[in-house]
Amino acid sequence: MKIKVIITLKEGVLDPQGKAIQQTLNSMNFPQVKSVRQGKYFDIEVNETDEAKAKEKVEDMCKKLLANLVIENYKIL
Amino acid sequence: MKSSVIIFPGSNCDRDMDVALKKFGFKNQMIWHNDTDIPKSDLIVLPGGFSYGDYLRCGSIAAKSKIIKSVINFANSGGLVLGICNGFQILIETGLLPGALLTNKYLKFICKNVFVKLNNKESKYFNNIKKNVLELHIAHNEGNYFCTDDELKSLDDNDQVAVKYCSKSGEVNENFNPNGSLKNIAGIFNKNKNILGMMPHPERVIDQSLSSDDGSFFFKNLIENLK
Repeated sequence: MKIKVIITLKEGVLDPQGKAIQQTLNSMNFPQVKSVRQGKYFDIEVNETDEAKAKEKVEDMCKKLLANLVIENYKIL
Repeated sequence: MKSSVIIFPGSNCDRDMDVALKKFGFKNQMIWHNDTDIPKSDLIVLPGGFSYGDYLRCGSIAAKSKIIKSVINFANSGGLVLGICNGFQILIETGLLPGALLTNKYLKFICKNVFVKLNNKESKYFNNIKKNVLELHIAHNEGNYFCTDDELKSLDDNDQVAVKYCSKSGEVNENFNPNGSLKNIAGIFNKNKNILGMMPHPERVIDQSLSSDDGSFFFKNLIENLK
């Protein structure tokens, strides 16, 4: 079973890469772009048939490795 | 005095650290990350570099390596643990030090000499250094120190800020902040002051031919304290 996870920077944490992407988009004639925040996406194949159990495991993985909870939030899709 | 430098795949300041430690009298040994035990040591060093290619987040994979349990046990029992640059990032990812090290504010890899102010001279790392400002070298892309307001308060309350980026004369302000670090923080201690993590490399400046020898003060003080 595949579980998808998105990791994003918490609000208020500086994202210089997102800022650079936003400025580049603005310079490429996309003046409507007000802000960009860059995150990470994981496709995790888990050897598990029960979705709830799989998600529980993935949540544990997020807390222990995939996200740094000081600066990041995780979302299991 | 015995020291141990841990080598991770991608460490690249391990041998510089070995040279520096030996120059000032440490009997140093190199320890591979896949080992589980660390021979008796007075100091453990996590060196700079790009452990595991900086995958996921700098230091995050090294923080889960086999040897780390021994490092954590040693630290928790009061042993001196020093993390320089990537070593600092690893200490943060293990949870031994609070906060996070983000990408530099202006997205540039910074490689230059900087001045740092010794903010707390009570620890074994800095206590008998006469100077208040040292010229050290930095080389990093993710050295932008960040923590929550509560963590910052706790760092201040417990005198855990070790070194701050400053001018040659010791002025601490945004003009002398190379990477956007909160409050110009370049390095911090744990509460007990036996763990030090900092971005600047003292091992790179131990001889005048290397543009500064201020790192010598750091190592001389450290070994004197351990004798």
